[in-house]
Amino acid sequence: MIEVMTSNYAAAHGARLSKVEVIAAYPITPQSSISEKLAEMSVKGELHGQYILVESEHSAMSLLIGASYVGARTYTATSSHGLALMHEMLYWATGARRPIVMTIVSRAMAPPWNIWGDQMDVIGERDTGWMQFFCENNQETLDTTIMSYRIAEDRSVMLPAMVIEDGFILSHTFEAVDLPDQDDVDDFLPKFNPELKIDFNDPRRFGGLVMPDWWSEFRFRIAQDMEDAKKKIIEVDKEFEKKFGRSYGGLVEFYNCDDADVILALAGSAVGTAKHVSDKMRERGKKVGVVKIKTLRPLPAEELTKLNDMVPVVGVFDRSFNFGHGGGIFSEIRNGIYTPGGGLLTKNYVGGMGGRDFTPKHMEWVFEDLLRIKKEGKVDRMIEWIPLRDGTGRWY
Amino acid sequence: MPVLKTYKDLPSTPVTFYSTESNKTGTWRTIRPILDESKCTRCYICWKFCPDLSVDVAKEGDFPSIDYDYCKGCGVCANECPSDAIHMEKEAHK
Amino acid sequence: MPKFTIPKEEYLYKGHSGCPGCGTPLALRYALKALGPRTVLNFPAGCGGVVLGVWPGYAMKVPVVDNAFECTAAVANGIRAGFEVKGVDDAYVVGWAGDGATVDIGLQALSATVDRNSNIIYVMLDNEAYMNTGIQKSGCTPIGAWTTTTPVSGGKGYNLTPKKRIMDMLVANGIVYGATVNIAYPEDFVTRMQKAKDIRGTKFIHVFAPCSAGWRTDPSKSVEIARLATQTGTFPLYEVDRGKYSLTKEIKKRKPVDEYLKLQGRFRHLSKDAIADIQKLVDEEYERLLYKVKVTNG
Repeated sequence: MIEVMTSNYAAAHGARLSKVEVIAAYPITPQSSISEKLAEMSVKGELHGQYILVESEHSAMSLLIGASYVGARTYTATSSHGLALMHEMLYWATGARRPIVMTIVSRAMAPPWNIWGDQMDVIGERDTGWMQFFCENNQETLDTTIMSYRIAEDRSVMLPAMVIEDGFILSHTFEAVDLPDQDDVDDFLPKFNPELKIDFNDPRRFGGLVMPDWWSEFRFRIAQDMEDAKKKIIEVDKEFEKKFGRSYGGLVEFYNCDDADVILALAGSAVGTAKHVSDKMRERGKKVGVVKIKTLRPLPAEELTKLNDMVPVVGVFDRSFNFGHGGGIFSEIRNGIYTPGGGLLTKNYVGGMGGRDFTPKHMEWVFEDLLRIKKEGKVDRMIEWIPLRDGTGRWY
Repeated sequence: MPVLKTYKDLPSTPVTFYSTESNKTGTWRTIRPILDESKCTRCYICWKFCPDLSVDVAKEGDFPSIDYDYCKGCGVCANECPSDAIHMEKEAHK
Repeated sequence: MPKFTIPKEEYLYKGHSGCPGCGTPLALRYALKALGPRTVLNFPAGCGGVVLGVWPGYAMKVPVVDNAFECTAAVANGIRAGFEVKGVDDAYVVGWAGDGATVDIGLQALSATVDRNSNIIYVMLDNEAYMNTGIQKSGCTPIGAWTTTTPVSGGKGYNLTPKKRIMDMLVANGIVYGATVNIAYPEDFVTRMQKAKDIRGTKFIHVFAPCSAGWRTDPSKSVEIARLATQTGTFPLYEVDRGKYSLTKEIKKRKPVDEYLKLQGRFRHLSKDAIADIQKLVDEEYERLLYKVKVTNG
């Protein structure tokens, strides 16, 4: 059934269709309309779980961890500072192996206050052990929410997942979204059935104090399961395509990359712009390709190493900056494609922060810049902020 | 009790496996309680106040007995006994 | 006639890691005797969690969840929400936190859980400092106490702030039932817990439990000191049932507070004047409590 809705409402429908059992809600722009929609669904009887209004995002995550130990499917949504406040409990959810799914409507960090979209908040959470899935459009937000439960709750994975949509660009923009039937979703997504949960007949302590003699093994187990999640993600995407007719590539999507001269890698809503511009430039004979990073965690390193053999130049567009050496996606891509002795040239374009529009014109400039680098055979500047107000856009 | 060899033996959620009964805390103590049954009125105050569950009473009417495998020698039983039936003695040197 | 005055069944295993003379295992024993096997507790960082042993060992016969320091009440609320959605309505959920984890860092989560009136029992184990991290001052450290962060030098430096009146704060928050209990009075402890467990809503149990290591006391005197706290009126035993205060232990003539203070190394630096001041404060608080009993029952 096709309905016109925002990505926030698509996320709320995704949670409803996944039959979540405990929801913790706390407002923060631009996520609040998810909580509001879920409240409406709850009051109207469309949502059958517990809808609990909490007093902070930290308590939201804590509450969900408690509920998940009983075996309930859990959901919440947040942005920027709410996510930052939850930071401690994100590590907890990973260590406790709770398959919580959370929608992040990514937004700039303060001060100064900026309520519009950029990816600083989620880039800051890469190390917590949560799986991170980026969405290009409203349909993908809904589909990814349902797929995330399937992936996260699998007994070989049991790790929490973030479904990321760009603030205001997706969250408040209306698009046509195909709402799947509840019966089809029930077929695709079985009930949450963890191996271990609170059981009075088999009392255990969930957590405990582990000495150095076993700690590393616990962490290695999480690292292994995160690696194994890659297989699961691709498998679930294929099954989703069979059931609902839509596929997102699972880990990455190569678009217009066959015989490309240069490739731009990026994540989030800007992928749509990049694909559109890539098509237009291809019509004019410029051979530019796009790599959509759908999954940032686990990092699809095997897919990214393929770039070494595909093109001599890869650009990365970032809606964040991590003060290390460019934006977050740039750091990850370089880490993934690194091959000793490989001669791949890379450049980082940082833009669209704090809700600044990154238009097709800017995207075209980026592709032209990459083609120029290919021609000259060298990178002029590693990191370029575009557009910046001084007109030249030069930085670093 | 499962035998753990590598990370593969770990459950996917950190949980405990067995009770602490294998931890014989009796080795902690430096003084030990001695019960004199001739003075004991079986009020069970020592059983009530032992923090380490080291005063065993099989059933109502039995005399309490000290479980020296776990008794930490805190002395609460001796201090609380209203009939002075328990006194503390130094552990013998080994 | 030999008789057990509290239920016999134990829910703690021997071999736990509590210090000799620790109040926590006694409190856990009495609480679980009242609650039974269908209980799940959640513990933040603190002595409670450490007493339960080192992985993979575990000292309880009921399931327990560990949580981060400030979210005990939120996690307890979450466990209850999970039970409700699964249709389990015959289990007790107990958030078991220390004094620092409750009145300092955990106050926000507790206040909100009371506000939501989630059907949990919140137990605050009060040993009057952050004991697990090494005896640092908390919001429940009494006036006059030495702690490692209020150390004494030249007769000065000891704690000068009174205990947070957490029971009154939660009564103002709208708690449905609250009670103070003491490990020296196990029969009353079990009775309060049995009464509280079946009241719907958030219940608050304030447990007084001496810490032999942190209070610098003889471990054998732990129960005696706890008893003196109530007999001197320093820690009176009362309950607040839907806003009505009532004493659960009448003390006809309170002993002088010095009898309680002199047994504890953490008070040994106090001058006679300081002790007289503390006596005055104890008298005032006790009178205030009697007034609350009168006013809420009138």
